[in-house]
Amino acid sequence: MHPKRKQKLFIILGLVTLSAMAIGLTLYALRSNINLFFSPVQIAAGEAPVQRTLRAGGMVKEGSVARDPESLDVGFVITDYVEDLEVRYSGILPDLFREGQGVVVVGQLDGKGHLMASEVLAKHDENYMPSEVADALEAAGYSPADYGDAAKNTESAGGATY
Amino acid sequence: MWAFIHKFGSPKWFYGISARLLPWCWSLAVMLILVGSVWGLAFAPADYQQGDSFRIIYVHVPAAFLAQSIFVSMAVAALVFMVWKIKVADMAAAVMAPLGATMTFVALFTGSVWGMPTWGTWWIWDARLTSMLILLFLYVGVIALRGAFTSRDSGARAASVLSMVGVINIPVIKYSVDWWYTLHQPASFSITSRPSMPVEMWWPLLLMVLGFYAFFIAITLMRTRNEILRREAGKHWVRELAAGGA
Repeated sequence: MHPKRKQKLFIILGLVTLSAMAIGLTLYALRSNINLFFSPVQIAAGEAPVQRTLRAGGMVKEGSVARDPESLDVGFVITDYVEDLEVRYSGILPDLFREGQGVVVVGQLDGKGHLMASEVLAKHDENYMPSEVADALEAAGYSPADYGDAAKNTESAGGATY
Repeated sequence: MWAFIHKFGSPKWFYGISARLLPWCWSLAVMLILVGSVWGLAFAPADYQQGDSFRIIYVHVPAAFLAQSIFVSMAVAALVFMVWKIKVADMAAAVMAPLGATMTFVALFTGSVWGMPTWGTWWIWDARLTSMLILLFLYVGVIALRGAFTSRDSGARAASVLSMVGVINIPVIKYSVDWWYTLHQPASFSITSRPSMPVEMWWPLLLMVLGFYAFFIAITLMRTRNEILRREAGKHWVRELAAGGA
């Protein structure tokens, strides 16, 4: 290789490496701000600010959804299977909202550890399934979520599974 | 050892070889996209939770793949241009940018249309969506930078530097869903791991992804040929070609 070209190649590689390091360090420093939501564990540990708008994410706990028959008020518990967080919400829930489904809730923590939600977003996982297969799975006594977990094999990286 | 790269870099040689490749790329692209979209939109079963709105995946995922792959190809072309001074590489990089920007926009738009019924929001500032938006701005920046100089060579060099540095955003996009908590789900489609959907949903998606790549190659070859004719208009072989009739 021509020495001039080699020099140019090294300059470019150096430039790209330095920029990558700068961006990598910035992202690392901002990691807690880049996370879209707090997990119930983080909230239980007091990492989340009280009485400021924040997002919390987790699975809607089975059997926890309680609707007020007179209004749009609904209460439910989100969990990361370690800690639970009680959520109060008044409004229309997204179509995909159901027990066992991942959600991201926007709201404020009151002093008692409840989250007063102003917005509820459903989180979809990466698994897709025709309804016949889902029905067949349920008839056989499995839930479609089990299939999803099996599909992920041993991969179980904390928040990524929500 | 470097003879090949210089041979491939000759505009005349590239013009000849691309003419032979083009019909294959075009027919492959048309066939794959036609079969894939009819299969995916009409015959693949609906998802048990999302119903028919999941079918957006057949455009969204291939577009998002291309958006990232085109940026990487552009950066590689920019490197070849900067280090080896191959003009064809710069021409290819120049014609790739608008297509990449379009694909990024398509991915963002289809994702937004899917997000409203599924998540309950058009847009959220999570790491995946934001890094994808940055990719769109990078494409626009590369295109604008190229046009911002009076001398074509300065514009080409500035655009090359931006595409090579901007490529750092690609791993951020790819791993954003693993590194941080995001609303966007991890990848559903991967060549290397077990599919997260049954085969009757997965096959049309595979065809669409391959079809989009074939389309990218075809359109890049075609537009690079146009760019060669435009830039080399004064050269002997181009004049001969023009004199010889179409």
